[in-house]
Amino acid sequence: MAGEKGVKLLDFWASPFGQRVRIALAEKGVEYDYHEEELAAKSELLLKSNPVYKKIPVLIHDGRPVCESLIIIQYIDEVWPGKNTFVPSDPYSRAQARFWADYIEKKVYVTGSKLWKLKGEEQEECKKELVEIIKTLERELGSKKYFGGESFGLVDITLVPFASWFYVYEAFGGISVEREAPKLAAWAKGCKERESVAKTLPDPEKVYEHVISLRKRYGVE
Amino acid sequence: MAAAGKEVKLIGSRPSPYVARVRIALHLKGVEYEFLHEEVFGNKSELLLRSNPVYKKIPVLIHGGQPICESLVIVQYIDEVWAASGPAILPADPLDRAVARFWAAYIDDKLGPNCVALALRLGDEASRAESKEQLFAGLQLLDEALGKISNGKSFFGGDAVGFLDIAFGSYLGWLKALEKVEGIKLLDESRFPRLAKWAERFCSAKAATDVIPEPDELVEFVKLLAHR
Repeated sequence: MAGEKGVKLLDFWASPFGQRVRIALAEKGVEYDYHEEELAAKSELLLKSNPVYKKIPVLIHDGRPVCESLIIIQYIDEVWPGKNTFVPSDPYSRAQARFWADYIEKKVYVTGSKLWKLKGEEQEECKKELVEIIKTLERELGSKKYFGGESFGLVDITLVPFASWFYVYEAFGGISVEREAPKLAAWAKGCKERESVAKTLPDPEKVYEHVISLRKRYGVE
Repeated sequence: MAAAGKEVKLIGSRPSPYVARVRIALHLKGVEYEFLHEEVFGNKSELLLRSNPVYKKIPVLIHGGQPICESLVIVQYIDEVWAASGPAILPADPLDRAVARFWAAYIDDKLGPNCVALALRLGDEASRAESKEQLFAGLQLLDEALGKISNGKSFFGGDAVGFLDIAFGSYLGWLKALEKVEGIKLLDESRFPRLAKWAERFCSAKAATDVIPEPDELVEFVKLLAHR
């Protein structure tokens, strides 16, 4: 495997984690080979490249694998710094960016996906949690164009794939991001005008259908 | 005043492995700081609530009045601000950095919290058994990773204590406390030869001096917690 030149991405179309990496690569103009993984039948390459978690996304650069989407984004930023880095140059702003990327990582997917897996009392708790998270992010964004200020960066890349999930939050939880966090909703629209984001994010309808099929598989009905 | 010269404060408490990480990083860079002891039992301080409104947790580094939260974020911050003051904590090569970050995240996901929860006797029989299994599996993986990453040198970071050493080393107090509480050997030389020797070296390292609590200290702490 090592010694093979080029960039490969092992991914799954609906994964917000994979989408982060696709957006990061597109922002840097890096050419790569996309491999769609069948999550029910993982490839030899995936199992060999990510033996610890056996999960996508995995970036394979010149035969060497990098795993975990946030780690991959930082790797991409460091290997292909180019004109626009994803993190600010001053250490304090950089620490703030890492803090918020970590917050999003800890909170958004877990709570968002619990929303369509749970019912009744538990789901109500989950809804409250998700609204709290959305409002916290709204406060952090404030009146900035991006979380990174004028530049589209780490935090934006980490969060933006979930914009395709806003419809799911509304459909299954009655949570309207537009209503709860209008600035966040506007931020999402603004991000979608970037080519990297527009080309990567799936149609919310498709994500909704995907969740429906996941619910069937999990036996939630 | 240059960034490195501004006043440094750390809100924390001794038992916390996350606080230990920050202290080790500060020691590595020879940074003087004021340790603001946060009471574990009782109300959280105004300063903590103000400095970390999102999580309200320690550690918080306050540098020149500005707060930085989340232990691994803080360690990277320290590495960058005091880059000139000591050996690099994170490796220079992007792939090596990615590997160090991967294992640090793994440790925080699968190892550390399991270790602390087990020492605190949390959860029922079944979940504790599962936690133990995960812990042993994790130690196995780390032992192998240490072999590959260190390349025969003393630490994950090479000749000097680095990011991954700090990420895992900070849990050693709790690992040893768990060994005492459960009467089992975790860092077993026969099972995890590399890790066992590394642990000795880490605990003897200058930067870790007086940072990693003795197992008895933590066992006492666990008893206190149980009575609350």
